[in-house]
Amino acid sequence: MESLESQIAEWRAYVANAPGVNGHDVDELEDHLRHQISELNAAGLTADESFLVAVKRLGDLDDLSREFAREHSGRLWKQLVLSGDDEPARASSGWFEPLAFAVAAAVVVQVARLAAGFPDEEPTWLARNATLFVLPFLAAYFARRRQLDTRHWGLTALPFVLAALVVNIYPWGADSATEALVTLHLPVVLWFVVAYPYMGGTVGSHARRMDFVRFTGEWFIYYVLIALGGGVLMGLTAGILEPTGVDVERIAEWVLPSGAAGGVIVAAWLVESKQRVVENMAPVLTMLFTPLFAVMLACAAVVYAATGLGGAFDRDLVSVFDALLVVVLALVLYGMSARDPATSSPGWMDGIQLVAVVSALVLDLMVLGAMIARIGDLGFTANRTAALGLNFVLLVNLAGAAWLSARFLTGRSTLHRLERWQTSYLPVFAVWAATVVVVLPPVFAFD
Amino acid sequence: MHIDKDLVAAAATPLVLAILAEGESYGYAILKRVRALSEGELEWTDGMLYPLLHRLLRLGYVTTEWRTSPEGRRRKYYMVTEDGRAALADQQRQWATVTRALNDVWPGSGVLLTGLGEA
Repeated sequence: MESLESQIAEWRAYVANAPGVNGHDVDELEDHLRHQISELNAAGLTADESFLVAVKRLGDLDDLSREFAREHSGRLWKQLVLSGDDEPARASSGWFEPLAFAVAAAVVVQVARLAAGFPDEEPTWLARNATLFVLPFLAAYFARRRQLDTRHWGLTALPFVLAALVVNIYPWGADSATEALVTLHLPVVLWFVVAYPYMGGTVGSHARRMDFVRFTGEWFIYYVLIALGGGVLMGLTAGILEPTGVDVERIAEWVLPSGAAGGVIVAAWLVESKQRVVENMAPVLTMLFTPLFAVMLACAAVVYAATGLGGAFDRDLVSVFDALLVVVLALVLYGMSARDPATSSPGWMDGIQLVAVVSALVLDLMVLGAMIARIGDLGFTANRTAALGLNFVLLVNLAGAAWLSARFLTGRSTLHRLERWQTSYLPVFAVWAATVVVVLPPVFAFD
Repeated sequence: MHIDKDLVAAAATPLVLAILAEGESYGYAILKRVRALSEGELEWTDGMLYPLLHRLLRLGYVTTEWRTSPEGRRRKYYMVTEDGRAALADQQRQWATVTRALNDVWPGSGVLLTGLGEA
């Protein structure tokens, strides 16, 4: 019997190493195996024979692990980077291509900067077009990486061309508020355009949409890390070069814009090829900040409700609350995309997340109520329309998410529904951002 | 008799859902029930049941619970949900349609699962 136990232990270790299979799966399979062994034993086979037959009946491990991985694609993706059996060329030889795109983006940004005479002069076209100098390269990088055909390349390029036409043909007024809004919203629109080549053209797939959400969160973390590293590097360089009399600011003018542009593509490449690193960090970050935000928001909601500040909001505050809702939504979305698909029953984190979302909703409703009352007196401006519209779009999303996660917590709905709600809602954000870029300026006479 | 792989795969979901609709169960017992029901004709590799069960879990058709088995081992039990029952009813309608069509085009065979039509 001793040897049977060691055989099972060995088998366990072997199965646990297979891609797509996690600890709970192994427990479940082991229970199956032991059940089978004891039955075969009872039928007269020896322990050894029973073990062999039972293992054989479970099936080929490669097939089994593929099936598990197909069901739990999130897990498969963890393993791809390590083993990389399917695409051996991906991890190692891939650095040249992203680097080429990063350098191209860096050069284009630099040319634009020189043409604009930044930072001595600050023409508004530079800020308005900034993302148009960078994100097409990111899109092209993904289009190449996903080996898209000509038609898909065309569909990837088309929105960039249209966006470039729209933001540069519109006759912007001096100190135009709508132009500032376009500067803010165009990056969002273009980011969604990047989603198209990222998903290899399959924008209808909810699983791929979730992948894109995950990518966005991880890209952001990598980008911040690169920016921090870059900041340290610049600071040290300045410290070292100062005594030699070199004009450090002149160097920064050259390095910063190009670094920021190249970093966009390098971060994307890192997410693609070194997922394991950030993948372990990202859920931890979400775990850390979701409770903190929940506490902050719940306190704020109580304070606002108690002190009755709700009546005296101005437009700036709506913008602050827009930012707040975006952050809460990002936490919710990212927490969802980073979730281990195996644990599909609610946990305490889901409860905390719900507290955060509901508090944010309560706060936001107070702000929105005050704001709508004031618009009655003061009328619409471009800024108010954009702020209110975004607020509304976010409010609907979070209300739906709160409703579904409350049902999920009480066991009346599934995580799957919640994920579906979010992935189905993603195009709404894209459409709203595009509306602000394309429709709002003419409506408010480019003012 | 050899049953085509695709057909086995297609039958797997309704079969498992139907077995769970009889009452909660766990992997090994489900497989035994499948064997008994099909008199050994439906050949599954045992391990393949588990990814299938996990898919049903993700879709919300079943829920699960870890319990201790009579032998003292940890065992994962599966229970069908309302959604699962609805999916099963839908599957039954689909299979009934397929069966009816096949019955019509294979006159006289008479052996096709006529019972399913009323299900």
